[in-house]
Amino acid sequence: MSQGAAGGEGAPQVRPEGKERQRKRRRRRRKESKTRLVRSNLLLLPEAEAEKSKRTSLASNRLKTTKYTALSFLPKNLFEQFHRLANVYFVFIALLNFAPAVNAFQPELALAPVLFILAVTAIKDLWEDYSRYLSDKEINHMECLVYSRNEKKYISRYWKEVQVGDFVQLRCNEIIPADILLLSSSDPDGLCHIETANLDGETNLKQRQVVRRFLELDSEFDPLKFTSVIECENPNNDLSRFRGYIIHKNGKKDGLFKENLLLRGCTIRNTEEVAGIVIYAGHETKALLNNNGPRYKRSKLERQMNADVLWCILILLIMCLFSAIGHGLWVWQYGEKKKPVFDVPGPDGKYLSPVLASVYLFLTAIIVFQVMIPISLYVSIEIVKICQVYFIHQDKDLYDEETDSQLQCRALNITEDLGQVQFIFSDKTGTLTENKMVFRRCTVSGIEYSHDDNAKRLAMYQEPDSEEEEAAPKGGNLSQRDSICSHQSIKVVHRSQSTKTHRRTGSRAEAKRASILSKHTAFSSPMEKDITPDPRLLEKVNECAKHLEIMRSHEQPLSHLSPELCDIFDFFIALTICNTVVVTAPNQPRQKVRDRFELKSPVKTIEDFIRRFTPSRLTSGSNSSSSSSLATNKSMHRCGLSVLSSTSTESTLLKLEEKLAYSAQMNNNGYSSQQGRTPVGSGPEEGELRYEAESPDEAALVYAARAYNCSLVGRLSDQVSVELPHLGILNFEVLHTLGFDSIRKRMSVVVRHPLTDEINVYTKGADSVIMDLLLPCSSGDPRGKHQKKIQTKTQNYLNLYAVDGLRTLCIAKRVLSKEEYACWLKSHLEAESSMENREELLFQSALQIEKNLHLLGATGIEDHLQDGVPETIANLRKAGLQIWVLTGDKQETAVNIAYACKLLDHDEEIITLNAESPETCAVLLEQCLQCVESKFSNNTIDEATGNMTIGFTPLYPPSSSVLSSLGLVIDGRTLAYALEPTLEDKFLALAKRCRSVLCCRSTPLQKSMVVKLVRDKLKAMTLAIGDGANDVSMIQVADVGVGISGQEGMQAVMASDFAIPRFRHLEKLLLVHGHWCYSRLANMVLYFFYKNAMFVALLFWYQFYCGFSGSSMVDQWYLIFFNLFFSSLPQLITGVLDKDVPAEMLIAVPQLYKSGQNMEEYQPHMFWMNMIDAMYQSLVCFFIPYFTYYDSEVDIFSWGTPITTIALFTIILHLAIETKTWTFLHWSSCIFSILLFFFVALVYNASCPVCHPPSNPYWTMERLMGDPMFYFTCIISPVVALLPRFLYRTLQGTLFPTQLQLGRQLSKLPPEIRTQLLTKLNVKKESIHQMQPFANSFSPNLVSNSSDCCKVYNQNTLLPTSPKDESLFHEHTKAEHTTDRIVAASPQGALLYGENRLPSEASSQETSVGFHEVTHGTSEMDSLSVGATFPWSPAVDQTDFSLLKWITSTPLFSRFGTVLQVSSSSLQNETQDSMCVLGSSLHEDFKGLKEQSSNNFQDKMKGTPYDNCKSDNSETTFL
Amino acid sequence: MKNKKSFAPQEAEARPSRCPDNSAFKQQRLPAWKPQLTIATVLSTFFLTGAFCLSVGICLILSANSVREIQINYSDKCSDCSKLRENSYNWNIECLCSVDFKLKEDMLGDVFMYYGLQNFYQNHRRYVISRSDAQLLGRDVNVQRSYCAPFTTYNNGTPMAPCGAIANSMFNDTIDLFYNFNSSVIQVPLLKTGNSWWTDKNVKFRNPQSHNLSSAFAGTARPPYWQKPVYLLDEEDERNNGYINDDFIIWMRVSAFATFRNLYRRISRKRHFADGLPAGNYTFHISYNFPVTKFKGKKYVILSTMVWSGGSNPFLGIAYVVCGAAATLTGAETEVRVLTGVLP
Repeated sequence: MSQGAAGGEGAPQVRPEGKERQRKRRRRRRKESKTRLVRSNLLLLPEAEAEKSKRTSLASNRLKTTKYTALSFLPKNLFEQFHRLANVYFVFIALLNFAPAVNAFQPELALAPVLFILAVTAIKDLWEDYSRYLSDKEINHMECLVYSRNEKKYISRYWKEVQVGDFVQLRCNEIIPADILLLSSSDPDGLCHIETANLDGETNLKQRQVVRRFLELDSEFDPLKFTSVIECENPNNDLSRFRGYIIHKNGKKDGLFKENLLLRGCTIRNTEEVAGIVIYAGHETKALLNNNGPRYKRSKLERQMNADVLWCILILLIMCLFSAIGHGLWVWQYGEKKKPVFDVPGPDGKYLSPVLASVYLFLTAIIVFQVMIPISLYVSIEIVKICQVYFIHQDKDLYDEETDSQLQCRALNITEDLGQVQFIFSDKTGTLTENKMVFRRCTVSGIEYSHDDNAKRLAMYQEPDSEEEEAAPKGGNLSQRDSICSHQSIKVVHRSQSTKTHRRTGSRAEAKRASILSKHTAFSSPMEKDITPDPRLLEKVNECAKHLEIMRSHEQPLSHLSPELCDIFDFFIALTICNTVVVTAPNQPRQKVRDRFELKSPVKTIEDFIRRFTPSRLTSGSNSSSSSSLATNKSMHRCGLSVLSSTSTESTLLKLEEKLAYSAQMNNNGYSSQQGRTPVGSGPEEGELRYEAESPDEAALVYAARAYNCSLVGRLSDQVSVELPHLGILNFEVLHTLGFDSIRKRMSVVVRHPLTDEINVYTKGADSVIMDLLLPCSSGDPRGKHQKKIQTKTQNYLNLYAVDGLRTLCIAKRVLSKEEYACWLKSHLEAESSMENREELLFQSALQIEKNLHLLGATGIEDHLQDGVPETIANLRKAGLQIWVLTGDKQETAVNIAYACKLLDHDEEIITLNAESPETCAVLLEQCLQCVESKFSNNTIDEATGNMTIGFTPLYPPSSSVLSSLGLVIDGRTLAYALEPTLEDKFLALAKRCRSVLCCRSTPLQKSMVVKLVRDKLKAMTLAIGDGANDVSMIQVADVGVGISGQEGMQAVMASDFAIPRFRHLEKLLLVHGHWCYSRLANMVLYFFYKNAMFVALLFWYQFYCGFSGSSMVDQWYLIFFNLFFSSLPQLITGVLDKDVPAEMLIAVPQLYKSGQNMEEYQPHMFWMNMIDAMYQSLVCFFIPYFTYYDSEVDIFSWGTPITTIALFTIILHLAIETKTWTFLHWSSCIFSILLFFFVALVYNASCPVCHPPSNPYWTMERLMGDPMFYFTCIISPVVALLPRFLYRTLQGTLFPTQLQLGRQLSKLPPEIRTQLLTKLNVKKESIHQMQPFANSFSPNLVSNSSDCCKVYNQNTLLPTSPKDESLFHEHTKAEHTTDRIVAASPQGALLYGENRLPSEASSQETSVGFHEVTHGTSEMDSLSVGATFPWSPAVDQTDFSLLKWITSTPLFSRFGTVLQVSSSSLQNETQDSMCVLGSSLHEDFKGLKEQSSNNFQDKMKGTPYDNCKSDNSETTFL
Repeated sequence: MKNKKSFAPQEAEARPSRCPDNSAFKQQRLPAWKPQLTIATVLSTFFLTGAFCLSVGICLILSANSVREIQINYSDKCSDCSKLRENSYNWNIECLCSVDFKLKEDMLGDVFMYYGLQNFYQNHRRYVISRSDAQLLGRDVNVQRSYCAPFTTYNNGTPMAPCGAIANSMFNDTIDLFYNFNSSVIQVPLLKTGNSWWTDKNVKFRNPQSHNLSSAFAGTARPPYWQKPVYLLDEEDERNNGYINDDFIIWMRVSAFATFRNLYRRISRKRHFADGLPAGNYTFHISYNFPVTKFKGKKYVILSTMVWSGGSNPFLGIAYVVCGAAATLTGAETEVRVLTGVLP
């Protein structure tokens, strides 16, 4: 049973229930003790039995994530809902209605909307809670084996019955029910493998180890004999840490570490059976403590909306105040004496004084006008967001077949933020790249092996998915030599077997996925596994192996090997063993693998047997014991293990030294046991071995080594078996593994080399650190010189690799003398056994041994770019997003990946900031800034743009032209300086001017600091995307955090707001869904404000005609339910489904995204515009009926009901004007709303003549509907009310359409024309890059196309398209103006801007139409081909400037002219580098200009004054 | 929490793909109409709207113009009575007043007689609610608990019937119309009933059940401003007495504005008046009871005919015409600009 704490006194161990209680309890316990004591539940004394039963209910594994119980639901839920201020406000108003002096409505009725809103929310909460309850129940009723004291065996129990102190037995593939201390394992080494995918998503297996002392037990673990007490930390949420002691009965203590703990939620793998004692149960398990629910963020739009809600409140108060004062005056005008009969005295028969009357009226007015604050706004927004999230979830395009994962929205309330992102901060590895590490090339001892075949093979994999499953490996096979042929073909066979079943289903990706799942090993796609070796290196390896074999058979010392071969040998050994890769056979407990190879190698000599006693197994694995001696063998082996690695004392150290000495003697015949080795690559079991690595790099290296026949065949905690060509299996005894950490950036293993019996340290790490740790080589002796040479060579190759975008790792080795080792061992053991600052000490100890290394070589691993990354980045950038890459990789690698994914362009200037000190950093920044400034201040327009960019104004997005020429690369150290408060502004100023920013070598903290800096200083909307734990902080800091649910675990996903399977999905998520969500919500919010204001204003106007008495002509029912029922559905539908621009257009024209960034759909003035429009509309809707019924016998409700009807029509028609797409849902919701209103009105008006005091609209609607005036009023009022808006929208759509409207218009074009236009525009973009080849090869074809297109167009004569051309291109033209290398009018330029330009003009008489688009298509071709034939001549150009000047003299072209003047002057001064190709066409253009200028030039140019300039910059964007 | 989705790996293959359905709804690809608001597409809308509004407007104006109406402010003409009524102590002094007027042309068809009030805020919030519908439905209710306060009971506890401020302030002038025909004076026959909504008369208002009306109202008292109890509102017609008196019902239907008219009588189309009111001289004989000067109100008596579109108010027709003209002009202007090339 569980002894909670407090010195084993059986302190309260309460059943975890809800977080509050848990927290309380934890607090309480913390007061009592800092640790927890756990004892076996089986040891209870009989008298404690009663106590136990009492506690049984307390400490259980029951999971309870529900918030409410049946009883507590109502109060608790209400309490929570009243945290929302709006709810309190509305309840307050409803309660106000109960005060007779101020009441406006029937009090019960006034409560209805609030209750409705509360009920909707409550039902939603209840439903969520219920589903939580169901899943809790399911989990609680899972079964596991718990040891029963009475039955003396493990019996099946529910999870919820498991308690702290229980013994639990788990079998392979079972899920761990609680946090369990591992006490026994069927694995001979006391290991247990777990898969933590449920916890962190990592699919690789992790090793857990039985607590040391229990490992030594000879017999099977018996829970009844467990008498120890476990003292450990109190529950905490740190998954990577667990500390404690186990105190045995004899008083001995053993340390407990994270390796001993099995975490709840993980799955047992590869281990037949384990048992352990429950340490933390239920809500105290680390998994549950880590599980914090979805995050709540407030979106930017919502913040803006809240500000406007405050304005609404202000307007409301002003209206109320106005009414109150008006009423006071009204009362006052009748004086004390002459009270009119219609001024009803109070219930006591006394008249109110004007002041009191106005105070009362103020309150009444608040009730009457309450609709001004949209009660349903928040609920509607919530509903709309849920629906939006639903649709994002359902998007097929965001589904990744390969991993069978789809987008997850973890934050429900920031969908619209996706549409406003300005900065993207991206991780590199795993985000931009696949995180599939593929071995590409290596250098060993200064010689580079380029692995060309391997590169070819990889190229095959990059082919699209259409390839057949086996095609890739086979293709890779073509160039194989015999030696590996068999090996490869085995694998191919194997794979085809494994996938045969899936092929039936068809899709390759599906098969891929299935195979991934079935294998359940990480990082093992064929691409990563099948490496084609470099022939030269392979030869050397074989040679080396042969030598070794000869030497061994001749018992020669190893040193006879040439240094190069020696290095090669060590290099591969290091690749194979310097890692934590686990070897498994699929679907089998690990033990069997081991048995198998043990049996393969029977004991041949007595020496072998003796050697078992020594800690150093000098010989290969083939020397293992026979089956009969297995048991003893095992225990011996354990002895050795404990000697070496347990927390031991001085004596063991001494013993060790003895043994070392002994084994040195044995060394002589260390070669003798090779007979039993298995031939290379034989047997299918080799193909079945799987490598499970913690990081993909490791796996890649192991696979690479295997390609050279140096394969890892087994790994135990203390030994690694390597199979080598000719040599067979060698067993390396692993003395220590110094794991990887991000500070050291390297890992090492300390092994005893079986051939030389030396103690070797193999280190693998980042080149920057390894290079510093190398043994300084004296330049004196030739060997040192040689070594030095190797080092420089290697460094050169490393740089080369980095340029190729490869990840580089250095492999080094150190040979330790026995003394050195013994000395180090001492300190290391101390460190290991230390409880307090173990990590720190281990770190120090590692530093001590990882020095004076001998460089072996280096590897280059390629991290593949994910599909579509360059395109996505290009598109996102066109959308005005600034993309920063923050990576921990080294600068060269990062830069190259950046080039590969088009983040950097080869023609842009790159500013690299590498500073050694804060001072230099400051100077550098200053210089760069000045340089950039001066560059930009060349001409005034540029300057203007620069400023504009800072302000993020719509026309000059940061990514456009001027800045395109700059990229900033900064390394981690410099970044640290640049992020200092003194420098951050400068850094930001510089970074802002750059098109792309690349931060290399940055730590997670720096990443988040950068994001924070941009977010806070630039007030920009930031998005961080990453996939690994190192991105978590950045993801959390950013406004929108996106996690890639990739291979590196789930931490990033857990911290994120959205999780997407691939980087490329970001494009659709942002450009389409983000845009939609933003635009929908923005429009809906604005509409909400409008709607309520318009409705309330109607009531307000009425106050002028009823003595400001607070009466309303609209019946209370309509008033209360108007918002809730009659007018809510259409706006919800529109808010969920309206698509302002179709998805294809949003993707094709990413520039449309800018509308969200610039908040174009919901700008502060729009609120006021809507308010003014609401006022106007309400005036119309009020006064048309007013004058119609003026001085008539109409009664209050017969007049108010038409007004309500008119308001409803107006509001719905207003929405109709704003709705861009009409599906049947839109139609039906609008029609439904109207029908519902009439239905309710008719029913309500006919239902009961006395039921709804004080109002009594009996039969009003029925009578009205028989009156033609009602219809006439209802028709004219909405028409008049909406005419201005309609006209405005029309004119706007025609004269000055927004980008979005243009996009919409473009999408309306017939698809073939649209695609033609779009492709043409895309082609044009490219054509600038490679004009000549393009012109030569494609122009005839396209010319004909475009003329066809032209015809179609002329037939259509679509009016709307031409303005699009103008203003859409407007932006770009302007942007283009600003480039400092403007060349001047050229046909290409004109074409790009969609201008109908001169060459084709004579033939085209149309003044209108998107025909432009097409014609210039033609003209482009002409000029292109002409341009190709005419070489550029500066002389011609000079003469043509006279023409330019003429153009500028005409007023129409003033603007154009200034640009041209500027550009002409700059052109003259300019070096010619900028106009290599374009110049020729420029020349052509001016000729054309001349010809045309005489006659109709002016006419034709009218609409197009701005667009005749052209930058040579290739980043020309359409639209 | 993750445990929820803890599938064993072997099960993973069997698990259906998470790939979302490819349905038009889920992929947001429902067929949709995407209107474009540009001049070209909406030009016709302007013309259509214009044409429609103009035609409707002209019809409305024509029909409104065919209405004959005469409106006489008798609170001014009977200023003596007005003065008398200013002092509420004179409430029981009868004041008669006659107003002459001349009809220049015949009023053909049904002629309606209204009384009009100006500045009488019947739509005052506390006034509007000051009634008890249940009481008016003839039920025996505790008026104390209704909205009638303070016009519920007298100090001695006798409930008012009907209660509330609306009823209390009921218009109580009596107006008779006389036709001066060839120096003889003919009383124009007026219809007292059938002026109210059928549902009001038959559903909303009921007298308490009893063998005769006065006993039905036994135990109640008239409202303080009334001169006679409710069961004497129309002593001639049993079916127009008590709560179901048409004048009372019409008064109880509170008007929307401070200036309003209520239907008082209809001309009974008999004998001389079979076609309506012939042109000639007429006289209103008014028993002036209702005080209006206190709140600067005015009283009118109005004779009017009716058409399908209501009364003589031409506003709606004008509104239609203006709107139609505006729409047409906008359309034309745009068209011209498009043709001249100013607009695309």
